[in-house]
Amino acid sequence: MTARLEVRALSKAFGGVQAVREVSFDVHEGEILGVIGPNGSGKSTLFNCILGQLTPTRGTVAVDGRDVTRLRPSQLNRLGVSRTFQLLQVFPRLTARENLILAGQEHRGSRLGRLFGPRDAGLGAEADRMLAFFRLGTLAHETAGNLSYGQQKLLDAAMAFMSGSRLVLLDEPAGGVNPTMLAGLRDRLAAINREARATFVVIEHNMEFVMALCTRLIVLAEGRIIAEGSPAEVRADPAVIEAYLGH
Amino acid sequence: MSTRSALLTGLALLIVLALMPADLTGLGLPWPGLKRYGTYILTLWLVTAIAAMGVNLIVGYAGQETLAQAAFVGIGAYLTAIAGKYGVPFGLSFAASGLLTFVIGVALGFPALRVQKHYLAFVTLAFSVLCWLVFRNETAVTGGVMGLRDIERPVVLGLKLRRAVDFYWFVLAIAAAMTFVLWWIVRSPWGRAFAALRENPLRAESLGVDVRLYTLLAFALGSAYGGMAGSLYAPLVEFIDPSPFALGPSLLFMLMVVIGGSGTFLGPFVGAGIAVLLPEWLRAWETWYLLIYAVLVMVMMALFPGGIVGLASRLLASSLSLAPPSPARGGGVGVLHRRRGRDAPSLPPSPSVADYRATSPEDGGGKDERTSR
Repeated sequence: MTARLEVRALSKAFGGVQAVREVSFDVHEGEILGVIGPNGSGKSTLFNCILGQLTPTRGTVAVDGRDVTRLRPSQLNRLGVSRTFQLLQVFPRLTARENLILAGQEHRGSRLGRLFGPRDAGLGAEADRMLAFFRLGTLAHETAGNLSYGQQKLLDAAMAFMSGSRLVLLDEPAGGVNPTMLAGLRDRLAAINREARATFVVIEHNMEFVMALCTRLIVLAEGRIIAEGSPAEVRADPAVIEAYLGH
Repeated sequence: MSTRSALLTGLALLIVLALMPADLTGLGLPWPGLKRYGTYILTLWLVTAIAAMGVNLIVGYAGQETLAQAAFVGIGAYLTAIAGKYGVPFGLSFAASGLLTFVIGVALGFPALRVQKHYLAFVTLAFSVLCWLVFRNETAVTGGVMGLRDIERPVVLGLKLRRAVDFYWFVLAIAAAMTFVLWWIVRSPWGRAFAALRENPLRAESLGVDVRLYTLLAFALGSAYGGMAGSLYAPLVEFIDPSPFALGPSLLFMLMVVIGGSGTFLGPFVGAGIAVLLPEWLRAWETWYLLIYAVLVMVMMALFPGGIVGLASRLLASSLSLAPPSPARGGGVGVLHRRRGRDAPSLPPSPSVADYRATSPEDGGGKDERTSR
């Protein structure tokens, strides 16, 4: 079986700084892989290299067996890969519903067809279902900039699913979200994973969240993978404790 | 505003505008109709508004910068004037003006893929100066500072447009069609994609929006609106020289959009109205009008960064929010002005926390409302 995502010997240098060094891993369909590591360990750089925001110095990325290393983010997205960002990235002056429609519209028909087609690109009902699923239904027509931080974070995550992506990379989805809402977010993500066989890669600092959500973890430190395994194995790994508590 | 009411409002405005030069005293209305000069000014307003709509698409909707719109108006005007001398029918040179400026707009859009904000403004500024130099120095083609005179009002489909009022109706028809086209574009998914690249190009790209293509499209369409406005400008004024296509007028186009309300659909019409009519109203004040204009701009920018249309919709929204609590809503048709914290509509009591309690993971709520494909 080809892996949904294959990363092979990926490296990225910024001048003399090696942010990511020879990182290789696979993610299989339906898996939730957690990527953890101290600040500055190269997690976000790794994401940006996988998704085409940055060009890796060396190494390859393949999605469903197809080499996607040099593709632009929008091309990758149209192949069914979507992401969220570490910092909040919604469109503040569009409504919550418009944000979701935007997140799916480029996957609907041809560009010219969209110009002459319906205003919501046929995604209105889908957006409403997604709002309800993420418990944002009453805020559909509120501009996203007026939502609370936690609500924007939910909207941000919901947007990653509007295109029907089967591989979703989430960069710190739990950052700054209050505990009650966090349980809801974890529950929603687990539900999508279970029922749509969606595959996730999650960067997260909140250990409780990661341990509960992920099926497997990789641990980065100084750009290298230093440990890999189930949450329980990783938690017990002396190298991980060392990396987190310092030398 | 719903599609239906937007269209009806547009149609009503069109009828009112069409009747402006007509003598309505026979119908018992106190309106003798605009005279020749008034009709000319109104036509000039429409032509200016078309070019300003283009700037609004580039700046207000797509979030780019352009200080070259007057140069595009110039390209359309010179092309139409010169082609007219060789007997090329107006329809053809109008289409050619649009096409040529569309292509040049694509080329000018490329720097926007690499540089942003004021750096981009400087690139377009350089293009503007370049065009102006060509208009002024290529005397054999453009007539240089002496310009091109005796540009004839066209005959279109057998209709002679010699008289001011006939040409006005012709321009009104074209302006209406072009307004409709732009309205259609900005309310379609394309408009949403333009807004996305204004608000957050990085995120837009990650959602599959081809930021490169939409940036070039915004420049091309916006510039083509400038070129087509120029094509109407030449036969309107019947004489062109390089001065209205210099850098100053390009800045003025930017100003019109900002004053009218950047990113609001009607903003360019209001901004163009002020730019065209204010000098007329303040004529008695002679050069003082520039001072008054400058002060007005500074006051406007400080107090109402959303422009006049932004201000109007804020006032409208606050009068609506006095009504019984209703779901807070965003702007009206195409109204995407920046809200300030203090006039943000009050939110309904936050439902999310309560909702999460009601459907905590244990009760398995939401399983059957799964939406992901």
